[in-house]
Amino acid sequence: MINSNFMEVNFKALSINEGFARICVAGFCVQLNPSIDEINDIKTAVSEAVTNCVVHAYPAQKGVISLRCEIEGDCIKIIVSDYGVGINDIARAREPFFTTKPSEERSGMGFAVMESFMDNVEVEKNDKGGTTVTMYKQVGSVLQVGNA
Amino acid sequence: MHIKNKIYNGTMYVVLCGELDEHSASHTRIVLDDIFAGGDFNQIIIDLSELEFMDSTGIGVLIGRYKKMKTRNIPIFICNPSKHAEKIFKMTGLYEIMPKIV
Repeated sequence: MINSNFMEVNFKALSINEGFARICVAGFCVQLNPSIDEINDIKTAVSEAVTNCVVHAYPAQKGVISLRCEIEGDCIKIIVSDYGVGINDIARAREPFFTTKPSEERSGMGFAVMESFMDNVEVEKNDKGGTTVTMYKQVGSVLQVGNA
Repeated sequence: MHIKNKIYNGTMYVVLCGELDEHSASHTRIVLDDIFAGGDFNQIIIDLSELEFMDSTGIGVLIGRYKKMKTRNIPIFICNPSKHAEKIFKMTGLYEIMPKIV
């Protein structure tokens, strides 16, 4: 059992990189022996966080998204950061069905999905601009209980 | 995203194959709108048995099609969602406007 590990990757804020981000995190999480449901939850939450960066962070030239994963015991911590325009009102942005782009058929459920699929979600403004989303999930608990 | 469709007995059957996220959303909207624009049908069934991944962007795509079809009084139904898609549908209330059928 690995007690501590991390990985970090930077990529351009393009929608084509959403699938890459999902697979990247899912592959890293495998060492925690996650269930299929847990992997799907994590992939969905990562996809939501990265989509927020792709759609909202860089209205002009596309910048960088940083993705970092840390494992501590049986918990995965996923940090998704951008260095773009930032979110004016984070509390409002986290409200279900809130969207700044209703004409683009946005559901406004991105943060709600992250909160529903992960154990804890934190959203912060970066000092030099942009937003950091940090998500936590305990993984593999079903397997460990079964083996006890 | 690959989309299959056919009309049978007045029902438009659509199968979404692949991943529905921000990257595939625009293509999916265009193809579905094109499919729904033609043919003689009075209801739509969207089969998700071959959908490998979906996030909340997919919800936006589906709600957008619902709004367009509502103006033509054509209901949309969902069938064969994965456990994962079902979780998103339930939390967003999508089944209230697009009921699940077996």
